[in-house]
Amino acid sequence: MSMRGNIMELRTSPHLHGQKTVESIMLNVVWALLPVCAYSVYAFGLSALALIVTCTLVCLLTEHLACKWSGKDTSINDYSAIITGILLALTLPPAFPLWMGAVGAFLSITLGKLLFGGIGFNVFNPALVARAFLQAAFPVAITTWTPACYVGRFSGFAPSTLTFPFTTPRPVTDWVAGLGVDGFSGATPLSLFKFGETPVVTDTMALITGNVAGSAGETSAILILLCGLYLIARKMMEWRIPAAMLGMAVLTSGAFYLYDNVSYPSPVFVLFSGGLMLGAMFMATDMVSSPVAPLGIWIYGALIGFITVIIRLLGGLPEGVMYAILLGNALSPLIDTFTQPRIYGARKKAKAEG
Amino acid sequence: MSVQHENMEIFLKGLWKDNPVFVMLLGMCPVLAVTNSLMNGIAMGLASTFVLFSSSTLISILKNIIPKQVRIATYIVIIATFVTVVDYLIQAISLDLYKALGAFIQLIVVNCIILGRAEAFASKNSVSKSMLDALGMGVGFTIALCCLGGTRELLGSGSLLGFSILGESYEPWAIMILPPGGFFVLGAWLLLFAALKERKAKGEVA
Repeated sequence: MSMRGNIMELRTSPHLHGQKTVESIMLNVVWALLPVCAYSVYAFGLSALALIVTCTLVCLLTEHLACKWSGKDTSINDYSAIITGILLALTLPPAFPLWMGAVGAFLSITLGKLLFGGIGFNVFNPALVARAFLQAAFPVAITTWTPACYVGRFSGFAPSTLTFPFTTPRPVTDWVAGLGVDGFSGATPLSLFKFGETPVVTDTMALITGNVAGSAGETSAILILLCGLYLIARKMMEWRIPAAMLGMAVLTSGAFYLYDNVSYPSPVFVLFSGGLMLGAMFMATDMVSSPVAPLGIWIYGALIGFITVIIRLLGGLPEGVMYAILLGNALSPLIDTFTQPRIYGARKKAKAEG
Repeated sequence: MSVQHENMEIFLKGLWKDNPVFVMLLGMCPVLAVTNSLMNGIAMGLASTFVLFSSSTLISILKNIIPKQVRIATYIVIIATFVTVVDYLIQAISLDLYKALGAFIQLIVVNCIILGRAEAFASKNSVSKSMLDALGMGVGFTIALCCLGGTRELLGSGSLLGFSILGESYEPWAIMILPPGGFFVLGAWLLLFAALKERKAKGEVA
């Protein structure tokens, strides 16, 4: 980097560099996400594939053009835009209209990331910023679910997928009825439990393997868990975040379950349903928007887990992972401030004097 | 500088260089709260312009007999008088509009643009200049409210002034009518204004 060759360089720390670069970590996250994408395409067919491809391409294009426009070198080579695109698509309903997905992808990069200064400066997880926007902008489309693993999913799109840009998607009710899927009421396990006349508990095995309705990439809990463990094993993900988040979710929902096991779901159901697993493994662990010190990380994860369960059980929405993580992101600088580790060699008394 | 040119400058600075919303970021409360449709934006803008114009004129006339120590209180009394006029006026013209704007009509009293112009301009300048300044600021405020209201109504309902623009099949962006949409649209307009200003500044330097 120095142009001057032999002149001694004086630099500030760090002097030792690890092997990991932003690119290598991001690339590994992409690898880890691919099996989740693959299952999503298997379960929801061409519609999910088109959604994932659209979101990813729009994210890449937006980042590239925005960088060019502001006269910087393009930053699409660090793979972070790909991750944002994939994650956004995985949190959307599989039959989500592609144009809405593209709007979300555009906003995730511009509003969620580049306005704050690009990679490393985003306050919130960009994919979730876009999802929160889409949830508020298109409340109907984002709660339109389609069944998993229906016959004919590889031969055609869901009717709402190819909606003409900026027009209202066609309702999928008739189409779903024509699929001949038994007992599909157009609801995810979470909304079945929350809004059913009597709470319907979906079979745990179906929740774990992912043969249920839901967002494109959130259904198969076991697959997401394995992909997350791969990243943890390669030390590319903070294991404390999912541990704290899932642990706190189980504890909180366990307390509710012990209090009333009819109207509140079991901790196992809470753990494997909805987007909790995907959120814990791939969203809350965003390195930029989570705290740095171990104690702060525990607090951050536990807080998200707790809020998720509170929204699910007591709030008006069936799912609360997204808002919980966004709130956790917002609080993470504050958590960082309160949990600063002791500086090496410093004593508590010295702090008071200084 | 000729007198005419100077007067023009006083009027135009409210529209562009010192636009109360896009440049000075004043009066954010009505800007964000009532701009969920173009009609509300226009009505709010006109009401504020009327109050601004009348109170600036009166304050400028009375500037030499208002004691310095109680000037703010006096300004508020004058402004409140005109706000009451506007309040009853809108109620008489359209009850629907009155309900849509709600408490924000009465809250024009505390709109900092009006008090700001009274303190910064009308109390120091001649009556005719104060009138021009108030008119410029009022029009600038109205334009800003129309920009926000128009964008939000177009995206949020696909219509302008209640007439469908984008057709039957347009999917409305519900968020644009909700409060967060106000912040997003304001941010986008500020971005646009800042970008235009920067470009203009670069052009002047080069």
